[in-house]
Amino acid sequence: QVAVRTTLNVGSLDLLHPGLVRADHELNDAGKRLMDAYVALGCEPTWTCAPYQISHRPAPGTHVAWAESNAIAFVNSVLGARTDRYGDFLDIAAALTGRVPDAGLHRDQHRRARLVLDCGGLPPQLWEQETAWAALGGLLGDLAGTQVAALTGVPGDLADGGTTEDRLKTLGATAASAGGVALFHVVGVTPEAPDLDAVLPPDGEVPTVVVDAPALRAARDRLSTAGGGRIDAVSLGTPHFSVSEFARLATLVGDGPPFDDRVAVYVSTSRAVLEEAGRLGYVQPVVRAGARIITDTCTYVTPVLRKGIRTVMTSSGKWAWYAPANLGLDTVLGSLAECVASAREGRVVRDERMWA
Amino acid sequence: MTSECGRDLSGRVLHPGAAAGELLVLDAPLSFWGGVDPAGRVVDVHHPQHGDVLAGRVVAMPSGRGSSSSSSVLAEQIRTGSAPAAVLMAEADGIVVLGALVAAELYGRSMPIVQVAPDVLAALPRRGHVEVRAEDGSGPGLVRIDLNRGAGGA
Repeated sequence: QVAVRTTLNVGSLDLLHPGLVRADHELNDAGKRLMDAYVALGCEPTWTCAPYQISHRPAPGTHVAWAESNAIAFVNSVLGARTDRYGDFLDIAAALTGRVPDAGLHRDQHRRARLVLDCGGLPPQLWEQETAWAALGGLLGDLAGTQVAALTGVPGDLADGGTTEDRLKTLGATAASAGGVALFHVVGVTPEAPDLDAVLPPDGEVPTVVVDAPALRAARDRLSTAGGGRIDAVSLGTPHFSVSEFARLATLVGDGPPFDDRVAVYVSTSRAVLEEAGRLGYVQPVVRAGARIITDTCTYVTPVLRKGIRTVMTSSGKWAWYAPANLGLDTVLGSLAECVASAREGRVVRDERMWA
Repeated sequence: MTSECGRDLSGRVLHPGAAAGELLVLDAPLSFWGGVDPAGRVVDVHHPQHGDVLAGRVVAMPSGRGSSSSSSVLAEQIRTGSAPAAVLMAEADGIVVLGALVAAELYGRSMPIVQVAPDVLAALPRRGHVEVRAEDGSGPGLVRIDLNRGAGGA
């Protein structure tokens, strides 16, 4: 049995909506066996890549062993708990023993920034675009690789009801896909970085890269493999959709027209978030508009998307990064509002004025 | 030792084993999960070596990238024979090494991983036949590159 509290990442099945996954029997059976085996060890059936949203929020400074690259980046950077990049096998070994190596990001000296990204010169209105956070994540992954970086000039307030957490989720998830980022500091926002000096190594200089709008735009464009035109689907919630994202989506769909019936709209989330968002009235408008809710798994790891889908719009930089290889389809990155507008129109609708 | 037809390198053994194959130099880090298909082909559309096949090659890469599930993907590729013959990397990556460790334990197949200095990795030729001898213990891993036996080489 596990020796410490242990939550579970997504599996390959949606246990709440079993008809949605089109995997063959062999894969379904193997997936179910794996999920059951972890639960039998005493792990909690949270089935989410974003346990930090509701299921499990470790206190700052506590030592944890997390796998799942986006969750590693979030728990280190945004919650200020400490984990190294643990992969398959080592994660469950840490759960069973309650121990991790006294090394890597568990140690103070390895949590210092080796690189600074100066974002202070970016146009302020860009920060209102989800795509800017995904693009910055892509750039961070490219520039930092597996190094710890500090970002300056990035706005945010972790007590704002979820918006900043959602943005940093996108940033970290994309950075952990495009690179091997396990920890980043947003100066003035994240808990270990009240100011830049707090996260610089005591012994000297680190390089600074100035991030300007053309670089960010190029990073954004790398996350789309299709330029525009018709879309067949929209995929939201990689990493899993949060309660505050459901609130925003509910507002965006509002009383407006439903989605075009040729466009399949998927929202991946955890059962805990689905329950809470449903209780608050955010799920019903989304379902009424035509979206399908996926729990316990994700549209990029298991066959959920219906056959014939070729071009998919997403607000998730991580989904945009992996889907062309995992699913063999084209992606278009857009903000949540652009995804809703595009789902209604059946084609890519993006507002380029912010980026001009 | 360097000669006209070959060169020897040494590095730190991250995982033991002995293997040989054609060199494949990756110009960017690679995530085995989401980056490589079951046949060992690079499917990450963002990767400079997109389309190249890792199976049976001695793969030189700067570091790991991306998914923490790369360990199990690599272990499975070692089991099925679609993994690299050996890996040379500049930055020790626990997730890649763990995949090799688990495959050795479960399947008895040992894929050597040798860490070489970043400047050594950067100066590797683009092709050549490589023999890797990485012995368990504290000794250095030896990497012998024979330029004359490279695929399509002279």
